[in-house]
Amino acid sequence: MGDFISADGVVFGYPKENGDLNIVLRGVTLHIREGEFVAVLGHNGSGKSTIAKHMNAILVPNEGQVTVDGIPTTQEERLYDIRQRVGMVFQNPDNQIVATVVEEDVAFGPENVGVEPAEIRRRVDGALADVGMSEYKLHAPHQLSGGQKQRVAIAGIIAMRPRCIVLDEPTAMLDPKGRREVMSTIQRLNREHGITVVLITHYMEEAAQAQRVVVMNDGKILWDATPREVFSHVQELKEVGLDVPQATELCWRLRQAGLDLPGDVLTEEEAVAAISKLLEEVRG
Amino acid sequence: MLAIKTEQLTYTYSQGTPFEKVAVDHVDLAIEQGEFVGVIGHTGSGKSTLIQHFNGLLKPTSGKVLIEGTDIWGQGVNIRDYRFKVGLVFQYPEYQLFEETVYKDIAFGPTNMGLTPGQVDDRVREAARFVGLSDFQLQKSPFELSGGQKRRVAIAGVLAMNPDILILDEPTAGLDPRGRDQILGQIKQYHRTRKNTILLVSHSMEDIARYAHKVLVLNHAGVAMYDDVDKVFSRAREITQIGLSVPQVTRIFMGLRERGFGVSESVYTLDYATRELLELLGKGEDRHA
Repeated sequence: MGDFISADGVVFGYPKENGDLNIVLRGVTLHIREGEFVAVLGHNGSGKSTIAKHMNAILVPNEGQVTVDGIPTTQEERLYDIRQRVGMVFQNPDNQIVATVVEEDVAFGPENVGVEPAEIRRRVDGALADVGMSEYKLHAPHQLSGGQKQRVAIAGIIAMRPRCIVLDEPTAMLDPKGRREVMSTIQRLNREHGITVVLITHYMEEAAQAQRVVVMNDGKILWDATPREVFSHVQELKEVGLDVPQATELCWRLRQAGLDLPGDVLTEEEAVAAISKLLEEVRG
Repeated sequence: MLAIKTEQLTYTYSQGTPFEKVAVDHVDLAIEQGEFVGVIGHTGSGKSTLIQHFNGLLKPTSGKVLIEGTDIWGQGVNIRDYRFKVGLVFQYPEYQLFEETVYKDIAFGPTNMGLTPGQVDDRVREAARFVGLSDFQLQKSPFELSGGQKRRVAIAGVLAMNPDILILDEPTAGLDPRGRDQILGQIKQYHRTRKNTILLVSHSMEDIARYAHKVLVLNHAGVAMYDDVDKVFSRAREITQIGLSVPQVTRIFMGLRERGFGVSESVYTLDYATRELLELLGKGEDRHA
């Protein structure tokens, strides 16, 4: 499949009071294929949210070009087409919910673009089922937990039938259970419905679940590879203010001490297996 | 001496209406002076409601809150004193900045305590130093700062009141790993210097494991556990059952034990995990050789 989102040589700055630009993106080239699950990492101020906002034309480049499904984001008359293809989910679920009943909130988007009532019904029911929130459809959003609210926000996006969802730190305000709920929802949408996912996150364990990890630093892309490759750069990641999953770091430290472990351990299961092997050798 | 004690503390929201909900249910709790306590619990477990009782923002529906031995809702007690004695840093505190300069924002609390301008100045500079803000930054508008810096200004505003008990509700939410380590490192340093009591509410078990000495686990409006960090994280299964998690290294060590290796049960930091494995694997000594 071809590229669904293409960013080529994107330079972007936020205007300062004196009219100059505060440059945030310094030449970003990134191609995302349809159906991919890509995580974007980077410290605060690295430009990761800014590039995300280019993916559905909330921002447009000062230099370079971004296209979504072949449509340049600078074509204002096609803004609806772009936003219909790429939906965005933000950090704070409370800021994304507009209605007083869950199903009405999910229906808000399709209603606004003039979808037929019967079709809205189908989409709302389908979207709530996809995020596992069907039984709450008549509840008031403010009585839900953070994870549930965020899933309602995701349902509202899915009801628009986007081909890609961009999530900007969707789990930052959630407890561990809420985080797990949202992550498994994202995984399912990607695997079962083929929706392209771009996940901006600070949680390394979440990034490890993606097919591809892009690391941003100082407005540029530092790495763009599989999680296994990216997280093997423990030292360099720490230097740019990032972490690796604890499983990766533990094995890395043991390797530094001269032990024979694989350099690309990513998950806790892999760490357990690798360390067990060493412990068995010692036990003899 | 006990810094915080609760006796059968109960708080009910919207009492007498169809929305009535018991958020804190007959809680008995005793926190020693000088402890660094991590507070965990899923959304709706009652943690925010509970901590808002400690400086009198909420009044118990029934039961008592004693701060340093005094019932703060008792006869003749001035509740305002406890708003200064117990400093509360809310979630996303940077949204509460309002002054023209960072200096004035930090000075707001101590000024309200009725300190002299000289004392206020000392407090502001000392608090700014703890959170790593320079004199130059003190004169800036808080709105010119980055998110992480704003967060530190807000924390400094509470530190400047020199509270005996400092409560922080998810002080690192939304920060990147470096910003998170900076703020928690500064809080740890503050605790070490002041020897005051600190309650750190967090969803990050890794952070709790690294910084706290004790862990308070809340569930269903009550206390599920209150014990030393190692003892709490050794009950990983129960913690997972109530919708929380344990650090990833703890889970790795659980996995090793399930495979029959005699590793310890209460491993919760990377440092400890590395040390123990190096020893077991015969690398304990020549590590620095």
